[in-house]
Amino acid sequence: MRKVYMDNAATTALAPEVLEQMMPYLTTTFGNPSSVHAFGREARTGIDKARQQVAAALNAEVDEIIFTGCGTESDNTVLLGVAAKYKAKGNHIITTNIEHHAILHTAEYLEKNGCEVTYLPVDQYGRVSAEQVAAAIKDNTILVSIMFANNEVGSIMPIAEIGAVCREKGVLFHTDAVQAVGHVPIDVKAMNIDMLSLSAHKFHGPKGVGALYVRRGIRLPSFVMGGGQEKGRRAGTENTAGVVGLGAAVEMSCAHMEENAKRMTALRNRLMEGIEREIPEVKLNGHRTERLPNNVNYSIRYIEGESILLMLDMNGIAASSGSACTSGSLDPSHVLLALGLDHETAHGSVRLTLGDETTEEDIDYVIDVLKKTAERLRMMSPLYKG
Amino acid sequence: MYTEKVLDHFSNPRNMGEVEGANGIGTVGNAKCGDIMQISLKINDEGIIEDVGFKTFGCGAAIATSSMATEMIKGKSIEEALQLSNSAVVEALEGLPPAKIHCSVLAEEAVKAALEDYYKRKEEAK
Repeated sequence: MRKVYMDNAATTALAPEVLEQMMPYLTTTFGNPSSVHAFGREARTGIDKARQQVAAALNAEVDEIIFTGCGTESDNTVLLGVAAKYKAKGNHIITTNIEHHAILHTAEYLEKNGCEVTYLPVDQYGRVSAEQVAAAIKDNTILVSIMFANNEVGSIMPIAEIGAVCREKGVLFHTDAVQAVGHVPIDVKAMNIDMLSLSAHKFHGPKGVGALYVRRGIRLPSFVMGGGQEKGRRAGTENTAGVVGLGAAVEMSCAHMEENAKRMTALRNRLMEGIEREIPEVKLNGHRTERLPNNVNYSIRYIEGESILLMLDMNGIAASSGSACTSGSLDPSHVLLALGLDHETAHGSVRLTLGDETTEEDIDYVIDVLKKTAERLRMMSPLYKG
Repeated sequence: MYTEKVLDHFSNPRNMGEVEGANGIGTVGNAKCGDIMQISLKINDEGIIEDVGFKTFGCGAAIATSSMATEMIKGKSIEEALQLSNSAVVEALEGLPPAKIHCSVLAEEAVKAALEDYYKRKEEAK
């Protein structure tokens, strides 16, 4: 059976070139990077190089990059750190209602602990405007945190415009760029980004390692307390191989970004056209053009997401859904509801996220299987009268 | 997360569709929660369920429990069908994940709703 992995927004395969660069650090170069001896110094070299690679990818300075355990840790560090550090200045945080739970659940925790949080509502495509951000900033606002691109519907936020507004008003601006790094161009200087979260496994790097960019002049408390690693900004012995892999992966993704985006956009459009041609009564979730090059998300009317995923899986296709049954709660995805979808339509969503290895044949196979899946499940559905 | 039995009933559902000439139809659940089940029954003069069909909007477990429930009541008397419990459906499927038990409850309710409709129609016909 053909196997098609179309869940690259969940995680990506580790690139063989990346693994190759990691291998020495998993085997012979095992020293603790904090040690003064040759073993340690050699490991330190790998981390230094990775820091340069990440800084170059974002147009940041080398000392502005902190390695963390994952994207979630990077997000938590910013929200909890800024709230604690700037308590005297204010307690108001602005974010959106479609953030990842790494931001949303942390914001809710802060609300219970004395912070005031504004969740800007997105439009029907999953975007907020710089004007909305400007209007929400108050005297006590200490942080604006808005994702670069949404993980479910792929909508890309006007980050440069939001950055300009925040800089003008003197408010710190953080972006959760976990879905964007390596996929779309990012320049923290030109976009006036003060802090940025990223995660290696979203661009063919290893799992268990992330990074946080914090602009010079901003000092956040260390989220993990302990030793003086990462210049006292994140304690714990470095995940040397992971960090090296992150660096290698981000360099590789950025080097091929333009060609990859072009190829992926063509494949994405082929998939979208195919779905809309072959399956009646579908709804595209997110913006038609202002979306990540690899993201496709549709609601298929009258059927439910988890059963779509099961049937795709039985045909070798890996996808995801925003239905309640896949979220582990009774409500469908907060992102789809925020876009204004009714529950039934949100339950019937399917997300297909392409990767470097996706081919035209894969796309055509997915269109064919999805069409048959929709027909079969609709035959079973009491909602379908067609 | 699903047993082979669940996956079998999901991919090869038994008694799928609406029974022709049904004299009892029950629909339970709602789209907001993501599950709707409809059971249709054809009951003969001896009170035996001659034919049964289901239509379900929902997850894999919802489809599998509907399918299993129809199999368990086909050819049975009304009294026997009324005895059908959600736990019996779960057992017959060799288990369901805890978060999916409500699907089996829905299946039991759908059977009961269809039988109720049958009695209601019979009453009205008098």
